[in-house]
Amino acid sequence: MVVPGRAQKTDDAAFLAAVAELREATYSDKTAIAERLINTGHPRVRATLTALLEDRLAFRNSDNRAFILKSAEGDPAVLIDPLTLKDAGQAPADAITKVGTNNTLRRTLRTALARYSLASPDASVRLDAVREISQSLDENTLFLLRDRYAVETDARVRKEISVSLAMGALDSDDAQARLRAVRSLSGSLNQDVRNRLARLVDDEHDAAVRSAASAAVAKIDSWRGFYGAIETMFFGLSLGSVLVLIAIGLAITFGVIGVINMAHGELMMLGAYTTYVVQTAMPGHIGISILVAIPAAFLVSGLVGILMERSIVRFLYGRPLETLLATFGVSLVLQQAVRSIFSALNRSVVTPDWMSGSLRVNDALAITYNRLYIVLFTLIVFLAVVLALKRTRLGLNIRAVSQNRAMAKAMGIRTEWVDAMTFGLGSGIAGVAGVALSQLTNVGPNLGQSYIIDSFMVVVFGGVGNLWGSLIGGLSMGLVNNLLEPYTGAVLAKILLLVGLIFLIQVRPRGLFPQTGRAAEDE
Amino acid sequence: MSSRLWHAAERGEVWLAAVLALVALAAPVLNLFVPATSSLHLSTYGITLIGKYLCYSMLALSVDLIWGYCGILSLGQTAFFSLGGYAMGMYLMRQIGPRGVYGDPILPDFMVFLNWKSLPWFWQGFNHFPYALIMMVAAPGALALVFGWFAFRSRVSGVYFSIITQALTYALMLAFFRNDMGFGGNNGFTDFKDILGFDLHSDGTRVVLLVLTVAALAGSYLLCRYLTGSRAGRVMRAIRDAESRTRFLGYPVESYKLWAFVLSAAIAGVAGALYVPQVGIINPSEFAPINSIEAVIWVAVGGRGTLYGAIAGAVLVNYAKTYLTGAFPEVWLFALGALFVCVTLLLPRGLAGLLPGRAERNGEKGSPKRALVGLSPGRVQNK
Repeated sequence: MVVPGRAQKTDDAAFLAAVAELREATYSDKTAIAERLINTGHPRVRATLTALLEDRLAFRNSDNRAFILKSAEGDPAVLIDPLTLKDAGQAPADAITKVGTNNTLRRTLRTALARYSLASPDASVRLDAVREISQSLDENTLFLLRDRYAVETDARVRKEISVSLAMGALDSDDAQARLRAVRSLSGSLNQDVRNRLARLVDDEHDAAVRSAASAAVAKIDSWRGFYGAIETMFFGLSLGSVLVLIAIGLAITFGVIGVINMAHGELMMLGAYTTYVVQTAMPGHIGISILVAIPAAFLVSGLVGILMERSIVRFLYGRPLETLLATFGVSLVLQQAVRSIFSALNRSVVTPDWMSGSLRVNDALAITYNRLYIVLFTLIVFLAVVLALKRTRLGLNIRAVSQNRAMAKAMGIRTEWVDAMTFGLGSGIAGVAGVALSQLTNVGPNLGQSYIIDSFMVVVFGGVGNLWGSLIGGLSMGLVNNLLEPYTGAVLAKILLLVGLIFLIQVRPRGLFPQTGRAAEDE
Repeated sequence: MSSRLWHAAERGEVWLAAVLALVALAAPVLNLFVPATSSLHLSTYGITLIGKYLCYSMLALSVDLIWGYCGILSLGQTAFFSLGGYAMGMYLMRQIGPRGVYGDPILPDFMVFLNWKSLPWFWQGFNHFPYALIMMVAAPGALALVFGWFAFRSRVSGVYFSIITQALTYALMLAFFRNDMGFGGNNGFTDFKDILGFDLHSDGTRVVLLVLTVAALAGSYLLCRYLTGSRAGRVMRAIRDAESRTRFLGYPVESYKLWAFVLSAAIAGVAGALYVPQVGIINPSEFAPINSIEAVIWVAVGGRGTLYGAIAGAVLVNYAKTYLTGAFPEVWLFALGALFVCVTLLLPRGLAGLLPGRAERNGEKGSPKRALVGLSPGRVQNK
């Protein structure tokens, strides 16, 4: 780039001189001046012209110096130096004169600015520019696009330009050209393209073009419908995987040691608060903090779980209803403890950059990254738990104890220790689920309450003690919920789901995948 | 009270009867005839508070009937309580008549606000008190009948039953929050004017409502007492202690459970119906699952399977709640949580278990005795 020096100084002078001419010029002169400014290639042209377009370019009355205003409204106005783009103090609104624009000038400016971005070395900036230009297609912009198309190398930008060019060609007088344009547009998924084609169906005189256009609209609609369905399914899956994530921990404690842990939601809440604390402790590293928070939350919730098991739950084995009440008591204490320490207000957990934004598959389908990561994260946690149960020593012990406690004990397994570890494992996974939830909802003392009934339903629906049942149960509950939602609204969908589950339990009182064998037998 | 009942009466029961009689007699006198300046005067707020506790006691009684005697832990008991309350609320809303903010003689304010033109079909008839009276029992009873019939028939029991009753009341809460349901959305019903022509804000009406609540509580207590002391009550206890064995002996376990459940729902409905005119509001948050769980802890504190313990537990815990949420709001949830833990761990028979002379009787009745025996993993039935 240019080293600041004499050359830069002369450029600045020429640039400022051209800007200064804007003060007295007529509207048609201003158009010419804008063209000239662009031709100087000065690095500040873009900022200045953008300001002019947005009614933010002004001259100070006292010394006729040009300034960019921070906002078009406001008194006093905040001034920005057009060369350095730094703050240049303030001025009362009546001490400055704004440069006026009219429609023609604004159109020219828009085109000029878009041309500017079209030449950007960054392909994504060019892509945005093409999208911007395609909003206001006319002779000039089409010409610009055609020019760019000839030299463009990036495939996505080329495709976007060709769509815009075809959109422009729809206005052509030549029926053949219109027909070609319709044909090339029929593969698009863009909502604007679809609307434009639908308008063409109404206005078109030529029968061939009209039928081609209506066929194209039908095709676009069916594809958009298809991708819409995929998107709904994906939303449903992501909602379901949140449920699965919560239910895995429950399924372990509920299924393996027959204990209903009503404090499960609060253990999740602890995980979410752990995320908050970790993030507060390492303010400069938001992106990493969430990765640190996962093991931290596992440990915090797991330890609280083990403490619960040792001090309360173990005295109540064999009395599930009493366990339910006692753990509910623990949940109240945990809620109030968090409220006393962190206040009742919600804490905000920052979403790291790599989790925000969305993956744009095509014009009809965009998948937000945080949902995508939740689905992946759930699968990873699920597989980790399955592997831990199948492949580790602890897992072997847990399975042995859950299948036949007396025999396991006779074989020398310390069943008490296994119980504590199982409870700790389930609680730790609740904590991990809390980390995920902190990215989706507000972190507050009531976080656990809002999901717990749903996740109980998942466990009961899937079949107690069956991890795969929880996986399938949770995912299908999420899916059904999201499929119902467009027709019934969110609340009614949830009600219908609950009622449906209540009935399903009548048909299959032991869930979709009931436990079989000795452990399932009643006394 | 028949002499047979009297002989069987336990010490706790006698105390309960004495206290209830005292409340029914003393509270009206202290409120109406003792001047407000006297330190013995009972404020109308006090009357309302006592009435509220007694309604909760009836709710607790209904929980104890099924949990203490049938081993059915319902975490959705407030669904029945709230339905009874809503039935009463609908009657009271119709009584407001043209005195509402919008002055519509038929439609309650919220319907005018929602631009409804006529009364929905399920609101018809609620201007007649006898009909409303029937609905207060019939609505919760019918829900319990249908729900229980499905649940018990397919042998949903133990923890499963607890969870789906919780889901039931949660679903109802969500449903009543919707404006389209025609039950006033999240505001529910309030701003009542009078009941059967008597002004709801007058001291006299309040006192009469309190006396009626005492009478209803005493009546439902005697009904439960009679039932649990009868042959049917013995079958119920058998179901609680060994459901399969009872079934194999030829008893229709499902019917016993179902009718106990329906009766308990009806009692809860009456409790809700008495609750609404006294506190002056009913809204969907009454359905919240946590309220049901709280009702269970009242029973656990007082002593499960004793009936009078449930009533005492409800009053004590709610008095503690009123006191603590006023004096130390921070402490209340800690206290309630600790109560849950301590009672289940240390006082499995509740306060009633502390009364002398009950220990050996409980031995024959109580499931808690089986507490630490035999842990069968993966088993989710409470037997």
